[in-house]
Amino acid sequence: MASLRLDIAVPTRSFDVELTLDLGAETLALVGPSGAGKTTVLRAVAGLAKPARGTIACGDDLWFGDRVNVRPEQRSVGFVFQEYALFPHLTVERNVTFGGGKADGLLDRLRIAHLAKAKPRELSGGERQRVALARALARNPRVLLLDEPMGALDPHTRGTVRAELHDLLRELRLPTLLVTHDFEDAAAVADRIGVLADGRLRQLATAAELLGAPADEVVATFAGANVLPGIAEPAPGGLTAVRLDAGATAYSVDEAVGEVDAILYPWDVSLGLVAIDDSALNHLAEEIVSVAHVGNRVRVRLRTLTAEITAASAERLELRPGRRVVASFKATATRLLARRERPPAEAAR
Amino acid sequence: MRALFAAVIAAACAIAFAFLLLPIVAIFVHVPLGDLLSALGSGVTRDALVVSLKTSAIAHALVLLVGTPVAYLLGRRRFPGRGVVLTLVELPLVLPPAVAGVGLIAAFGRFGLLGDELNALGIRIGFTQAAVVLAVAFVESPFYVRGAVAAFESVDGDLLSAARTLGAGSWRVFFRVAIPLAAGGLGAASALALARGLGEFGATIIFAGSLQGVTQTLPLAIYSQFDQDFDVALAISALFILVGAGILIALKVFSALDFSTRSLRGLTAR
Repeated sequence: MASLRLDIAVPTRSFDVELTLDLGAETLALVGPSGAGKTTVLRAVAGLAKPARGTIACGDDLWFGDRVNVRPEQRSVGFVFQEYALFPHLTVERNVTFGGGKADGLLDRLRIAHLAKAKPRELSGGERQRVALARALARNPRVLLLDEPMGALDPHTRGTVRAELHDLLRELRLPTLLVTHDFEDAAAVADRIGVLADGRLRQLATAAELLGAPADEVVATFAGANVLPGIAEPAPGGLTAVRLDAGATAYSVDEAVGEVDAILYPWDVSLGLVAIDDSALNHLAEEIVSVAHVGNRVRVRLRTLTAEITAASAERLELRPGRRVVASFKATATRLLARRERPPAEAAR
Repeated sequence: MRALFAAVIAAACAIAFAFLLLPIVAIFVHVPLGDLLSALGSGVTRDALVVSLKTSAIAHALVLLVGTPVAYLLGRRRFPGRGVVLTLVELPLVLPPAVAGVGLIAAFGRFGLLGDELNALGIRIGFTQAAVVLAVAFVESPFYVRGAVAAFESVDGDLLSAARTLGAGSWRVFFRVAIPLAAGGLGAASALALARGLGEFGATIIFAGSLQGVTQTLPLAIYSQFDQDFDVALAISALFILVGAGILIALKVFSALDFSTRSLRGLTAR
């Protein structure tokens, strides 16, 4: 039975990464800000970094543990490195067969057969990614490790590549550990997502669970939510009123009292030039800080929160930095998280 | 003011160029090409050429053979004392070659540190071709090792890691990935060291002497000929200039053969 179990502590420059994971034939994404220790975990599984303590096991084989430290070349991992690390002096075909095995089937399967004689420098980002995948798979590894596999791609190809990678990983049914700083990449490809920050796993769940019930404000921020700190108190109608630190008051259907973080996803926020009397309870008038196009959507950053609307709406409303707009969102879309004790450094941010 | 500044720069360039080129031009003015070939046919020159090529080739082979693994270690591993080792490797670079010659005598000479051991084995090094080889190797090695360390350092570590996850052991990683990717820098360092070795003078004359046909290399022959037959000294000098130009061209070619993935990374980041 294909499985990967790890329970390790790996030292990095600034902290120890401590992590316990148990993977079956599934894709698990480790997400988190850069410097959270994600790559270190992959390197430890591959044998390229040595944990201070703990165990790593693949199926019944112990790779690292009590007086055991199997060399990287004997571990049977397929590693796709950040920026792919293709051998620049070898052709695509020789890259793929570097570790032995035959290239033909894989090149066809990943639609790079026509590039067999090309050198890596002649390839586009998407093609390089497929070569890196083919090379990692050529030796029939028992575990697949992907470090920012979509990191070097431009936004146009990203969507297609995500879908392709998702299908490929489903077919392979290998324990796959994927590292990314992009929550959307993780949500598109992985079965489960672990949020890693400062070397600790904050939450491990499906994308839907992370969005619906983030464990803390780090997870919520990472899932793309607006995090609005404030003080909660009961309000009429079974609602909770949150006096936001930024000044205004927002209503939520969640129950809470005291210090809270109001969690609100950008796609639940609508923008208008005037406050209209609709079913949304919350209206915040704010100035636009920036307007960024993301595919067919537009992310509009206001002073305290971000809204995501369609490009067409943004154009119709003529949104641009400096303009004042009213952000509206429903009390039912506003979740409340009791504020946990924060270390002073973090609270000061 | 700007015109004055430009004039100063132009004058400095003119002086520098004239100063550096004049001696070289002078040599070729004195030695027409026809005379060069006949002078090179003289017994002294031919003997010196044979000694130089033989000793340089052996010394350079030894430096490559031993220096490459040393440079790989120093370039790829971080360990306590690495800085000290790097400095020690570079020491011959700042020593006057005469000091190197004296040091070699003190170590390998008949009354040197290893003198008794070498005597017991019946090995005599001083004033033989072996002494020339040691002197040349000692003086040229830092040129190679320093460049080779930099070449191995510039190889992207992920490429070596990738090779290991693909099942390659240490030997295969070294020969199939590290060496090919460092090839440009290794070639450049090798050419520079070879040039330095061919021109070696001070350490050789002290440790190996200047016996025609045995230890008299081309630079030593120039020295021995210039008060006897200045034309021969000029001819050998002209030969050196041609060889030097060849090595410089080789250096440029090697630098262009840079396989390091830096440029590749730049492309992806765009």
